[in-house]
Amino acid sequence: MLIETLIAVTFVGSLVAFAAPNRYAGELAAAISVLPLVGSLVMYSRFDGSGNALLEGGTLAFENTAEWITLGSYSLNWHVGLDGISMPLVVLTTVLTTLAIVSAWTPIDERQSQFYGLVLFMEAGLLGVFAALDFFVWFVFWEAVLVPLYLLIGVWGGPRRKYAAIKVFVYTNVASLAMFIGFVALVFNLPVDTFDLPTVAQSLNAGELTAPAWTSVSTLKNAAFLVMFAGFAVKVPVVPFHTWLPDAHVEAPTPVSVLLAGVLLKMGTYALLRFNFTMLSDVASANAELIAIFAVVSVIYGALLALAQQDLKRIVAYSSVSSMGYVLLGLVAYTTYGVGGATFQMISHGLISGLMFMAVGVIYNTTHTRMVTDMSGLADRMPVTVGILIGGAFGYMGLPLMSGFAAEFFVFLGAFRSETLSGAPVFTAVAMFGIVIVAGYLLFAMQRTLFGPFRLDTDYEVTRAPLHDVAPLFALLLLVIALGVAPDLFFEMIRDAVNEMPLVEAGIGGGN
Amino acid sequence: MAAYELPTWAALAPALILAATSLVLLVVDSIDPDSSNRPLLAGTATAGSLLALAVTGWYLVAGVGDPSGRGVIELFGGQLVVDRMSLLFTFIFTSVTSMVTVASYDYLRDHSYQAEYYSLIMLAATGMATMASAASLATVFVSFELLSLSSYALVAFLKENRGSVEAGLKYFLIGALSSAVFVYGISLVYAATGSLELTAVAEAAAGTELVGVLGLGVLMVLAGVAFKTASVPFHFWAPEAYEGAPAPISAFLSSASKAAGFVVAFRVFIVAFPVESFLSLGVDWVFAVQILAVVTMTLGNFAAATQDEVKRMLAYSSVGHAGYALIGLAAITGPNSELVLGAGMMHLVVYGFMNTGAFLFVALAEYWDVGRTFEDYNGLASRAPVASLAMTVFMFSLAGLPPFGGFASKYILFMGAVNAGFWWLAAVGAINSALSLYYYSRVVKALWIEDPGDDVASIGLRSQPVGLYAAIVVAAVMTFALLPAFGPVSSTAVDAATILLP
Repeated sequence: MLIETLIAVTFVGSLVAFAAPNRYAGELAAAISVLPLVGSLVMYSRFDGSGNALLEGGTLAFENTAEWITLGSYSLNWHVGLDGISMPLVVLTTVLTTLAIVSAWTPIDERQSQFYGLVLFMEAGLLGVFAALDFFVWFVFWEAVLVPLYLLIGVWGGPRRKYAAIKVFVYTNVASLAMFIGFVALVFNLPVDTFDLPTVAQSLNAGELTAPAWTSVSTLKNAAFLVMFAGFAVKVPVVPFHTWLPDAHVEAPTPVSVLLAGVLLKMGTYALLRFNFTMLSDVASANAELIAIFAVVSVIYGALLALAQQDLKRIVAYSSVSSMGYVLLGLVAYTTYGVGGATFQMISHGLISGLMFMAVGVIYNTTHTRMVTDMSGLADRMPVTVGILIGGAFGYMGLPLMSGFAAEFFVFLGAFRSETLSGAPVFTAVAMFGIVIVAGYLLFAMQRTLFGPFRLDTDYEVTRAPLHDVAPLFALLLLVIALGVAPDLFFEMIRDAVNEMPLVEAGIGGGN
Repeated sequence: MAAYELPTWAALAPALILAATSLVLLVVDSIDPDSSNRPLLAGTATAGSLLALAVTGWYLVAGVGDPSGRGVIELFGGQLVVDRMSLLFTFIFTSVTSMVTVASYDYLRDHSYQAEYYSLIMLAATGMATMASAASLATVFVSFELLSLSSYALVAFLKENRGSVEAGLKYFLIGALSSAVFVYGISLVYAATGSLELTAVAEAAAGTELVGVLGLGVLMVLAGVAFKTASVPFHFWAPEAYEGAPAPISAFLSSASKAAGFVVAFRVFIVAFPVESFLSLGVDWVFAVQILAVVTMTLGNFAAATQDEVKRMLAYSSVGHAGYALIGLAAITGPNSELVLGAGMMHLVVYGFMNTGAFLFVALAEYWDVGRTFEDYNGLASRAPVASLAMTVFMFSLAGLPPFGGFASKYILFMGAVNAGFWWLAAVGAINSALSLYYYSRVVKALWIEDPGDDVASIGLRSQPVGLYAAIVVAAVMTFALLPAFGPVSSTAVDAATILLP
């Protein structure tokens, strides 16, 4: 019942925050969000799952089932549980939400109680997405995340917030609908009358799919894979489905950008891993080259777009496209280090991009501009923030002993030796070139804004940021370094879960 | 369970209670014709509909109409039948009627002829409840007309208001025409089969030689049903009528009256015109319904997306939702057809609450003289947060987003269509659903995101409309509670569909 408690506490907490007076809402919401944070850490410490939640032999931690809806012979049931892939993501969600709430104290200055209520509501939805193991329950949570996101961007966002909010809303909803039809078409052609994800995955992997008279099994599989991939690719986002992301990021208030880049994008890659790459691994590997092209294009194109931006927030936003490309490359490699590295990259990118967005937010709170051309020499005036920002940038570039290095190293290691992906070394080499561009644009932007003589093209006084703005940054930097030094904090359980996946070969260094 | 058995006619108790309430209201009015005792009139009407709702709920729980429970009850030589489907739809009608009568208490504060108003609502509800049970083309037509005639008068009820009178006249003219088409269709079916009772029609149709006459008859009956459910191309009265009518009546017509059209469609087409034998005759009505569903969804949603007024947008979106519910009938030739037909019914159950709630919110805005366009609703959340929260629930639920009931019903409907092999119907539904998100979110945007305009800033001077608020909050709570409590709804609907299907 721990998972249910976690979700329920967060949900009830969101209602409490919603009803609270604006003056205390921030502190109250932070206090409430500590409850799921502590809960998830307790769960992490008591985690006893092994194997993969979707596959035979996987034992789940904190599993629970209950009856919900019966439709003729089909049943839609409440089923939750955690394995080595979802556990780290649950921890990431609770950590980032608490830090995002604290970082919202300064920039959010109106309708606070509604803001924090929605953020906590979104957290409840995210926890549900990573814990649910029945398709319908999972989909309820998946879609429920959209509603608060829409209002958070629409009410508290920047000048073009209305446009951005509607764009995100409609774009990702269309994607979900496409994915829904694809998945449902698969389930109805299986002999099992259930939407239970493990049952469906095992049945699919056992080759029990049959096709209606007018089509063949392989066509059905390919079509389902295609719609599901397209649906999730929007969420990730993979180029060319990425156009909603910069709008959303730039208009969203800082704490929402943190959660959007830190956790919401991971919903897409998590779902790709669970659905496309675990349930339809044969289709994925048959089209490995095509998917790898998408991955590499995302890496390079995202990085090039970031290079062309003048807005610090846009730079970070586009670099997310690039980083998510690494995740896709790792997944399609089908090696322990490839898929495991991809999962690790989800966590690592969540922390680093959260850190970067928060740091940019702190700079914006002080200077009221994010334009690289508008400022220089900030390092003299706000040394701590700038120091942490540089630390985060180093993490992004993949400096050793930071989580970004570990994640990208695993991905490249896994992708380079991939046997399902022909021409793997070429793809990997091209993707690795992305790192050079990342280092290029980050260093370029840092050098122009942070160093040199102080100059600012606005009328605002530049002062040191208050402690509660800097503390979350510091906490994130510590986590980035901790995971960089000891990736096994998460990597062990991830490896345990991905090794069970079909087609995954225990790559170099063995799987165990 | 019961210590004694009720007589069989008691199965019609919900309809009888509604009819009796209507008569009681007339009696009250004839004793004191000038009465403007609003609490008494609204109270009587609400009590009557709540009693009918309670009885319906009791029958549903007790297993009336369930072959494994108390069995399907046939009355008057098969003219009327009480089964799971008729009870499920009566549940929708009585719920909507209760909400509408409660909300009308405030809405009608300055109007005359109040007793007649409530009496007409009760008569219309009686017509709906009888439609749900009608098992012969004759009873279908009679109850159909009982509902229609009351509706015409209700739409034109604001007789000082040109829009209302014009809407009533348009509705009446088109309604009269489609009634004529409908009854002519019935006569053609009778000509071909020599029978009016639904099961007998099905038997006689299999051996008929007048296939052309029968086919034309079926098509004309379909046209009559399409009119009542506001399906394209017989929908054009709907936006006018819904816009001109008093907002509670718009809620009533677009939720309950539409559901009544569907219950007739489901029963007549499945029982009297069974797909298999009609296909072998060469009368492919499923294809016609498929076209109807696709066109209705698409046209309704596109028209809704281009509206400037909230009430008109809701009217067109209601056309779009008729298209979704038609999927239930359009996809029954595949496997597990009870699933998709049941899903259509589930959608109508949830729709009864969320759509009624949305129109009642419009009624609230009219009560406050807020104005009709999206812009007029700007910033309403700052003045009426509870009602705006409820409206947000309705909008997101209509769009099919969780955690609301509309999510479950819509997705189970798409699921059912995919399961029956009609993935293209589900795909069209999905595209439309995405489009609908755009215009539903416009309302949410206006309420919460935009800054308040002048009209909004000046409201709140009048007393709080308790009845309207109560009805809206009940509708919102039901819309929300229907998702976790979807189990009973889905099992009742699938049972109802299973009993109905051959």
